[in-house]
Amino acid sequence: MSAPTLYGLLLTGGRSTRMKRDKARLEYAGKPQLDRAMELIAPLVTHAFVSVRAEQCDDPQRTAYETIADLRSDLGPLGGIQAAFHAYPSNAWLVLACDLPFLDAATVRHLIERRAVARLATAYRSAANGLPEPLCAIYEPSSRASLEEWIAQGLNCPRKWMSRGDVELLDLPNARALDNVNTANEYLAASATIGTIATGGAAGAGPLRRVSVRYFALLREQAGRGSEDLQTAARTPQELYEQLQRDRGLQLAPQFLRVAINDEFGDWQQPLAEGDTVAFLPPVAGG
Amino acid sequence: MNRFTLLETPLEPARLLDTLRHPSCGGYATFEGAVRNHNEGRAVLRLEYEAFVPLALREGERILAEARSQFGLERAACAHRVGVLEIGDLAVWVGVGAAHRGEAFDACRYIIDRIKHSVPIWKKEYYPEGDSGWVNCEQCAAAPGSHQHAKR
Repeated sequence: MSAPTLYGLLLTGGRSTRMKRDKARLEYAGKPQLDRAMELIAPLVTHAFVSVRAEQCDDPQRTAYETIADLRSDLGPLGGIQAAFHAYPSNAWLVLACDLPFLDAATVRHLIERRAVARLATAYRSAANGLPEPLCAIYEPSSRASLEEWIAQGLNCPRKWMSRGDVELLDLPNARALDNVNTANEYLAASATIGTIATGGAAGAGPLRRVSVRYFALLREQAGRGSEDLQTAARTPQELYEQLQRDRGLQLAPQFLRVAINDEFGDWQQPLAEGDTVAFLPPVAGG
Repeated sequence: MNRFTLLETPLEPARLLDTLRHPSCGGYATFEGAVRNHNEGRAVLRLEYEAFVPLALREGERILAEARSQFGLERAACAHRVGVLEIGDLAVWVGVGAAHRGEAFDACRYIIDRIKHSVPIWKKEYYPEGDSGWVNCEQCAAAPGSHQHAKR
């Protein structure tokens, strides 16, 4: 039998409850993950879609692509897969989560090349625990009935479905490829690895963290305050200072300043952590 | 023993020197920095010192500890004023006790130089014309074009 045509489905309907920000919009190397993932899968499938919740149907970032809206909002990722099969029942679906910034084309190609058409699905085993990874997987049209049955039983965990179903499981060629990003700290680490160019002042450029800033001498006068607490997307003191130059009218050029973090000299490129106290020190003049 | 302090009250050199006394010291050297009535060609009326206290204390202690080990000192101390100071007021006092005069002189010079260079303390000068300026800061504006680093 000939293999059913493979379509792509990027799941972006997650609620990002731990990240508290839309994971599809998080930027890596200056580009939203939504766009990175669509660029990755588009050449590998016949047609690629963005899976959305009903209320995301007019989000311009998502509607830049063809979308498929969930039929039900209470099924999590299975709701996206269900809606995809509802729209195109005779095709197979390459399903990807949108919180996999390390996923590379080689890993997706490997999955496609080893696709077991006669089975319900083809997926990778987690490098961490050996369990199936349902959100970087190919679902054959033959899986639809089994998935609907699973949903009808009130179940919605695709990993458990895979563990019990007739699923081809592969070892990951790249152990990191499916590392996902759920929290602000994970995003911080991932974006540092991948090299985001997001800057502190750019809205939506990264997760926000709360920092305290202390001002001294001329900077205190320019800022009009000795200290303040603020939420910032800045990842480093350098990005924070750039933001404050704009927002507080700080006039001193950074090359003349030193940075202190938590009452100790620090580095302009040192990653900022939630709760840090940052001070920008003008040239000193004791004695 | 090292001690770096920031004081809002006038420095008392005799009392500070007494804290250095030790039987193994054959030489004491002290430096007193005072507020002078002019700077860089302008008359100065008074100064105001500001410190980033926790980091200034930490950095000051580090400098004293470095000097102690580098020069084999028995004792090293420094007291620095914060707040408004009038002409003639002592702004900083450095004192060391060593076995011999050579290390004492060298260490005293080393400490005051390092303190002026890296302890987060700033001073603002008030001028007879009514204006004022932060020493070493005023030429550091992020203006377009070339930057002239402030003199230290």
